[in-house]
Amino acid sequence: MKQLLNTVYVSEPDMYLALKGKNLNLLKTNESIARIPLHNIEAICTFGHQGASPALMGECMKQNISLTFFTSSGRFRGRLTGETNGNVALRKKQYRLSDNEEDSSKIARHMIIGKIFNSEQLLKRTVRDHALRVDVNRINQVIDRLQESRIVASECNDLDELRGIEGNAASNYYSVFTESILQQKDVFFFHERNRRPPLDPVNALLSFAYSLLASESAAALEGVGLDSYVGFLHRDRPGRTSLALDIMEELRSIIADRFVLKIINRKQISSKDFIVKENKAVILTDEARRTFLQLWQKEKQEDITHPYLKEKIPWGLVPHVQALLLARYLRGDLDAYPPILIR
Amino acid sequence: MLVLVTYDVQTYTNGGKKRLRKVAKKCEEYGVRVQNSVFECIVDSTQLRQLEIALEEIIDPSVDSLRYYRLGNNHEAKVKHVGAKPAIKVDKPLIF
Repeated sequence: MKQLLNTVYVSEPDMYLALKGKNLNLLKTNESIARIPLHNIEAICTFGHQGASPALMGECMKQNISLTFFTSSGRFRGRLTGETNGNVALRKKQYRLSDNEEDSSKIARHMIIGKIFNSEQLLKRTVRDHALRVDVNRINQVIDRLQESRIVASECNDLDELRGIEGNAASNYYSVFTESILQQKDVFFFHERNRRPPLDPVNALLSFAYSLLASESAAALEGVGLDSYVGFLHRDRPGRTSLALDIMEELRSIIADRFVLKIINRKQISSKDFIVKENKAVILTDEARRTFLQLWQKEKQEDITHPYLKEKIPWGLVPHVQALLLARYLRGDLDAYPPILIR
Repeated sequence: MLVLVTYDVQTYTNGGKKRLRKVAKKCEEYGVRVQNSVFECIVDSTQLRQLEIALEEIIDPSVDSLRYYRLGNNHEAKVKHVGAKPAIKVDKPLIF
């Protein structure tokens, strides 16, 4: 099994990333503050306006280290991609399937089923663990509805219909999402999902988590030789990593949502960690972003047993494993794409 | 695994100084400098072998020496740091 290496997050402004030896050299006003051997790194994420030297970029491409740029508020800006690896036959297969509505729907369907299933589990866990504190009836109603949409989805061959089912399920799920927030309810409340910009702290946290997950998924897909820009459920749009968004669907609730709820409920993040801008956008403070990343990185090292592979892996590898399983399906080694279903 | 690499290079001659610089540079590629001639490297066995070969090509075995301490994968409890210049841990969250 592939080993999960570390990710370096650079969130401080006026930092310059350079190459020294085979090290990532972090420079602040021309002074080196840290040097990290590149063979220990899997990815580099920068937030704000950091620059990187061409020599470093070259070495990252050579060693297949993903270098991703985010804005200081955490929105994805761009990603460094080197020579595409993996084999052409696999990618051509991907393009052919993506062009065919019916074939796409076979994959997309499983992804949607995975997404709905995992959302259900998150809600079920809330009911199970905190039955006395939450509106059990309301959540159970939503769980029932999610189950129904899962059944409908499993017989659906039409992409547009699938998107409809997915949208419905998502709005159902988000309608009771706020019930899973058990602590600090005065600050962290959730009415509906909003983004660009997120208008409340919970949405700000979710947006940030989703954009991290998207870049990790894209890197994972490129790692197995797939084209992260050509999706099955999400159609092609310039600059959008559609396939990364596809495999992310099933990971949203189990990785991002669960993580966001965890840090709120454990009070690891609080009201003082947010700034409201003039356009009502809510963003994380620099300090809070660092805390967030620290916790996110720790979370990635926690082990789970992958239900399909029956193998113990760190959380952070889940996108890589799903990318691998997708590649196997495209090659014809599996008869269906197995989404990750976490109880 | 964590490997501690330490070296002693004789620097009476210009050739010796050159070897010292080369050894340090090679070690920097593989690990983090924790003290003057001490490096902590998180490597797999292949990478370690590559480092060993590269270093052996540089040193003069009649006057210089190299020592490798393999601390394994569970090295957390085996290392304690006291005093100035704590080193970066490359397997812990890296946020700057």
